[in-house]
Amino acid sequence: MAEFSGQDIDCIRGERRVLSGTGFSLQSGHALILRGANGAGKSTLLRLMAGLMRPHGGRISWDGTDIADDPAEHNRRIVYVGHADAVKPALSVIENASFWAELAAGSGMTASEALDVLGISHLAELPARYLSAGQRRRVSLCRALTSGAQLWLLDEPSTALDADTTEALRKTIEGHLASGGMTAISTHADMGLAAAATLTLGPASGVAA
Amino acid sequence: MSAVSVLFRRELRLALRQSADSVMVIAFFVIAVVLFPFGVGPEPNMLARIGPGVIWVCALLAAMLSMERMFLGDYEDGSLELLVLSPVALELVVCIKVAVHWLTTGVPLICAAPLLFVMMNVPEEIWPVLLWSLLLGTPVLSLIGSVGAALILGARRGGVLLSLLVLPLVIPVLIFAAGAGDAVLFGDGAKANLMLLGGILLGSLALTPWATAQAIREAVA
Repeated sequence: MAEFSGQDIDCIRGERRVLSGTGFSLQSGHALILRGANGAGKSTLLRLMAGLMRPHGGRISWDGTDIADDPAEHNRRIVYVGHADAVKPALSVIENASFWAELAAGSGMTASEALDVLGISHLAELPARYLSAGQRRRVSLCRALTSGAQLWLLDEPSTALDADTTEALRKTIEGHLASGGMTAISTHADMGLAAAATLTLGPASGVAA
Repeated sequence: MSAVSVLFRRELRLALRQSADSVMVIAFFVIAVVLFPFGVGPEPNMLARIGPGVIWVCALLAAMLSMERMFLGDYEDGSLELLVLSPVALELVVCIKVAVHWLTTGVPLICAAPLLFVMMNVPEEIWPVLLWSLLLGTPVLSLIGSVGAALILGARRGGVLLSLLVLPLVIPVLIFAAGAGDAVLFGDGAKANLMLLGGILLGSLALTPWATAQAIREAVA
């Protein structure tokens, strides 16, 4: 039973305080939904959770150990799907998906299974430059499915996705949670996840349990 | 399969699918050298005298053309921050990218060089030495260039800034590499020049991946 938590997180970006005294706590099998207006610090908090940035104050820890103490270990636990798709136009869909799967060498699905779940297996051989925004998003989400990581950090995952794919994504996330995983998702849409706590970010950031 | 070979094959595949970049570097190299006989006149002794230096300066400028792209594509589409989070150490990621950069620009430059030796009337006895100097010197360009390419991430007009950062740093390479040919002609032997180039290569191999990796970490934070 792992616990991922943050206390009193302060973060300053471009001389503006984005997060101030924010805290969260996340256990295996649970989801944390980040909400807030544009610019409230949802993406920033996800990047802090991923270890891409260090907080200016406070700490983020996994089972009580600061994630900055062993970044390599933390990298193995997480998968981060940000705004940028990281999809190479020159590579085919399956080449894009299997590169990240093989690099992570995790215990998740294979790349072709992940394409199937997200409904783009018929596009596998197509060069990614011909994909629509939603299809690129799905290729990007394949990384979460194939990684086998315990903690999924998803930044507005349902952007540009159609209703069917959003539902498939919700089911996949439910499956991940049921198998003891955890996830933090920033979203404006209601994902309808069970076992989800909501952390609303804004001028007065609260503490979510 | 190890993560290193997965990454290496992906980089190589991307470079080969976008091989127009490499072709343009070589075309620039050849055209830039060809301009010199038009500029300074086709007098054979004059060309032979300036040949090694001209070829090296043009190789340097040609390599600069491709350096900007070393991390920029991955930075813009978000791949770079994922590589920072990947299980492969970032220093190793940098080494792989530099190796692929050298294979797709440095090696073709070396292959094109003999053609330019003929064009610049470079004496045949210094061909091997000049090829050795290119073989030892071009990886240094990729290595030092990687530091510059990582530092300019997120900057406007990055290509110009990159030249300003990198060109002064590669002056020693130019001095010892272009001087290697002269050393043979003056009867001193080029061993000292080539060993110094080898030393610079080993030194930059040991130091630059760390500097580049740190610059990338700062860029994606």
